[in-house]
Parts: sequence; C-alpha cells; structure tokens
Amino acid sequence: MRAPTLLLVLATAGFAAACGGKPKPEQPAPEPAPAATPAPTPAPVDNSAEQRRADSLAAANAAAERIKAVAADLAAMINFDYDQAVIRQNDQSTLDRKASILAANPNVKVQISGHADERGSDEYNLALGNRRAAAAKRYLENKGIDPSRMDVVSYGEERPLNQGHDEAAYAQNRRDEFTITSGGDNLVAPQ
Amino acid sequence: MTRPFGSAMLLAGSLAALATRGAAQDTTHAVDQGVRVGFDYAPGTQPGLVVLPASGLDSARAIVERDLDYSDRFQIVQIGSASGVGGRGGSESGGISYGIYKALGAEFGVELTAAAGGGVTVRLHNVTAGKVQNQQNFSLPAPADASYRLEVHRIADEVARWATGTPGVAASRVLFVSGGRVYVMDSDGEAITPLTPADQTSLSPAWSPDGQRFAYTVLGGGRGGVTVQTLGGGAALQVPGTNTGLNITPAFSPDGRFLAYAHSDENGTDIYLANIADRCCAQRLTVGRYADNLSPTFSPDGRRLAFVSTRAGPPQIYVMAADGTDQELLAPFDYGATGASNAPEWSPDGANVVFHREVSGSPQLFLVDVASRRVRQLTSSGRNEDPTWAPDGRHITFVSDRSGARQLWVIDIETGRVRQLKSPGAARLPAWSRRLSRTAVAP
Repeated sequence: MRAPTLLLVLATAGFAAACGGKPKPEQPAPEPAPAATPAPTPAPVDNSAEQRRADSLAAANAAAERIKAVAADLAAMINFDYDQAVIRQNDQSTLDRKASILAANPNVKVQISGHADERGSDEYNLALGNRRAAAAKRYLENKGIDPSRMDVVSYGEERPLNQGHDEAAYAQNRRDEFTITSGGDNLVAPQ
Repeated sequence: MTRPFGSAMLLAGSLAALATRGAAQDTTHAVDQGVRVGFDYAPGTQPGLVVLPASGLDSARAIVERDLDYSDRFQIVQIGSASGVGGRGGSESGGISYGIYKALGAEFGVELTAAAGGGVTVRLHNVTAGKVQNQQNFSLPAPADASYRLEVHRIADEVARWATGTPGVAASRVLFVSGGRVYVMDSDGEAITPLTPADQTSLSPAWSPDGQRFAYTVLGGGRGGVTVQTLGGGAALQVPGTNTGLNITPAFSPDGRFLAYAHSDENGTDIYLANIADRCCAQRLTVGRYADNLSPTFSPDGRRLAFVSTRAGPPQIYVMAADGTDQELLAPFDYGATGASNAPEWSPDGANVVFHREVSGSPQLFLVDVASRRVRQLTSSGRNEDPTWAPDGRHITFVSDRSGARQLWVIDIETGRVRQLKSPGAARLPAWSRRLSRTAVAP
C-alpha cells in the first residue's frame, strides 16, 4: 500500500486543478512584503514554500500523467481475427485492466464501438461490429462491471482506422474502440 | 432454323454498317462486334426484332428499342433512321416492307406512330407471317412529363408480352446507395434521382411491393432506425421497434403489411417482424444468443423467409417459416471450406434464392434452388455482390468491380449476358422493384 500514489482525485491535469484538490494549508500563500525590495544580491529567503510549491507541481504533473495513463488504458483498442468476435487471449489483460479501472471509477460510463475490415458485405459487417462490441461488454460484465455503464454500437466497415487494402490494414481495422461517455473528469487509478 | 440466307447476303452490302447487334457495346462477353444480320440464335431462341423508324417519336422509339434489347428476349436488328430501309413502301400487309426485315433476320417489327390526342399507336408486325399481330393505342404524356419514361417502358413491356407471352421488366426501378444516399433510377439506368438527404448516411434500401414506398436504415453514431418513406415527397415514418440499437436490412412482406428487419444490440443481431400496416408490434423471429441473424427476404407467397445466420460460424443462408419456426439451412456448405454467404434475395417466381458467397476471397453470385437445395455459381470474375432480382426472375442487378469502381451491373441468368447499368460514382446495395403500374408515382 503506497498511499501517496493513490491521491489522484484530480481532474484533467494542470496546476490550478491540482492545487484546488489539495488541502487548504498547502495553498501557496501570498508573497510576504519583503520580496518587494530588489537587491543585487538576493536576500536568503525561506525556500520551504518554494519547495512545497515545486513538490505540489511535480505531484500534480505526475497525477496528470497517471490520469492520462488510466484514460489511455481505458481507451486501448482490442483487435479481432477475420470474421471473428472472440476476445483474443492477448487482449484479455487489456480488458482486465479496463475492468479494474471501471471498478475504481463507478461513475464512469463507456461506449464500446465495434468495427470491421472492408471485406464482407456492408450489412453483415454492421452485425459483426455489433457482435465484437457486445463480446467486450460481456467480458467486462463477467468481471463485475454493471452492464448499464456500457453502451454498445457498431460502425461496421464505415470507419476504417487504416485506409489500406492489405492484411496489415485489415488487422488494424478489425477492432473495438472504447470511449468515455461520462464521469471521465476525475479518474482514479485502480489499486 | 431456316433463314433467307441468300437474300440477306445480297442486302448485306448496303446494310452491313447499320445492322449490328444491339447488345454488343454493353456486354462484357466476347460477343463479336462486327456485322450482324441476325442469323445467330444461340444461346436460346431469341427472335430477331426490328424497331422501325418512328417519325416524331424518336425518343420513345429509342427507349423502346433499348428496353427490348435489355429484355434479352430478342436479337435486336438495329437500323439507322436515315437508312431509308424503314417505313412503309412495300405492298405487303400493313404496308411494311416485310421482305427487307425478313432478310435482316427480323421475325418481329415494332412500329410506333403518333396517334390523335398525343398518344401513340403501337403495332407488332409478325414479319414471318407477314401481318400485324397486335395493335394498341397508348396515351403518352409529353417527354418532359415525369411519368413519360415509365409509360414508354410500359409500351416496351407490352410489346414483349405480345411477342413472347411474357411482359418485359422495363417499367420498374432500381434503388441503390451511393455516398450514403439512396437513389432511384429507371431499369435502363436513366433518370437517376436522389431520395434521401445528402447529410445523412442511408443504407439497405428495400421496395414495397407496389413500388410506392421504400424502407431504409438511417445510420448515425453507430446506431440506426428503419424509415419507410413514400415516393414523390410523401411521408416518412419510423418502423416500430427500430428506435433503439442498430436496425438494418429491412424487407417488405409481399402484401406490404409487414416489414422484417434485423435488430442489433448487446444480445446480438436478430430478425424481427413489424406490423407496419397497423404501426404496432414488432415480433421477434430469431433468438441468436450472440449469433447474428439478418438480411431477411420473403418468399413470394409470404410464408417463408430466407436469411443469413452465423449460428454455425461463418454467415450462411438459412430459411424459416414467416412466424420464425422451422429454421433450417437453405444453401448447403462445407464447414471450414465454403466461404461466407450473404445478401439473399428470394426470386419473384419463388424457385431460387440468389446470394453472394466468398470464393477465394471474392464474393460471387450464387443461386440455390429452393426445392432441390442445389447451388449454382453465376459469376467468377472480379467481386460480384449484393444481388437483387428483376420482376421477371431472370435478370439480376448486382455490384461488381469488374470495371474498376464498384458499379451496378445486370446479368441475364438465361443467356449469361452481362451489361453495366449507369450509376454515379461507386454504387452498392441495389434493390429492384416489382413491375410498376400506371399509378406509380414519379420519384
């Protein structure tokens, strides 16, 4: 248990936001009057306030980075084999991480969109994309996530990530995307 | 098949340049482009037919001639209107120079003449018998009128019926999707008209049996409802049960009262049947349990539905009773070997279901005979997909990339002739109407 790293009750990053989240005593105090007298040789100042400010800035930046990382983990795509909607073995850890994040952030809701490569019929690919999105939702539901927090849509082959027409492009385009639809402003990292 | 070969040879010199097979420029088959004088009846029997020059009715004549060509029931003997060959002048019955047309290989001659009151008198000359076989007056609006082309198409269809006993299919229209919009055009690829807004993504157009309405999916944000819209700027209504999730591949029942469609949500994709006549009630027909069921298509008697299902893995073609019972495989496949099969459409005569199936990575058109379950491949070059039947049950419009872009083509499954339909840019998901009545509204 490393408690300090868990104090990530912070919004979208930025120093102001970080400070707003800190307890009052840490609020930087207004500069005392002596600072107004300029001198060629700077008078020795009490740098503990400065240090605290730097520390809190660093902490806020680190927190912002961690939030970004959490958001990125939640948004990480998963891919599928051709004409398949089965969650691959190596995507299970990706989804497990999402389950942990969603469990740690009960107000977060996500939309899962399924996509297909350009092969196959337009209409079938819509159904296939839906099946892929539904498969991820089912996986997360089995990990204890309330299904009402996950919305399923399908774009079929309409929104390719890679415009190419080869297997590498197809492999990229067969995917689920995860988008936070609400509650994403105060992400916390799971323990 | 005896032909007046000698006299044809004598005439060939003066007529050679004018007498060409009407199909030649449109077919992708290796049909000879040279002089045709109408002797060649293979494949099948296609009587020679000539459409006589029609003074003052040039546009109607051109439409009728092309419609009869596209019917694939005749060998069109083309003559130029300035050839001097046409018109009256002989002393034979009907005042037509039957001898010349007989020499050209024509068994039939179609004559259009202006009738009193703006109409047109249409005569079918039986050249072989040397007499007028049929004659009828048709009212015809001015060429600028929105219903003009349809009325001319109806003349062509009637002439085909006079000559062969079966009406043509020219008086029909084709819906298709291009750039997210649904368009309609005449069966000959003309009069292309957009039907849905440019700022919306529309998919899966389907005709009502009377050709007065069409259903389609409006996509947005990964979801979509099914709309039924009346042509001619009429009302649009959302189909019951399609206001949530993704709703695709609508199909009207033959009586026009019901609409089958596929509804996708987190439980998978399943087929539902909505009562659109009473605007109520969507009944679920399939329970996929995470398998997909989609693309329903009614048998012409309305008692069965063919559809696509992934219940065995890759999508294949199944059939069920219209109440969802008796679900079974329709088009046999070898598990693990046969490619994905999609886009079924039941033929108007009920005998076949056409669909596309992946062969070596490219979709090809196939037919499955409903009675015998025998499967037959129709195409083999390029990608060929999304087939839709003409009202005659022998022509099929489909999407092919054989010319480069994905465009609409027509195949006649009796002769194998393939020709291109016009379409703006890339086109997909065509839907061919039934024969349209006189009351069919203009788009």
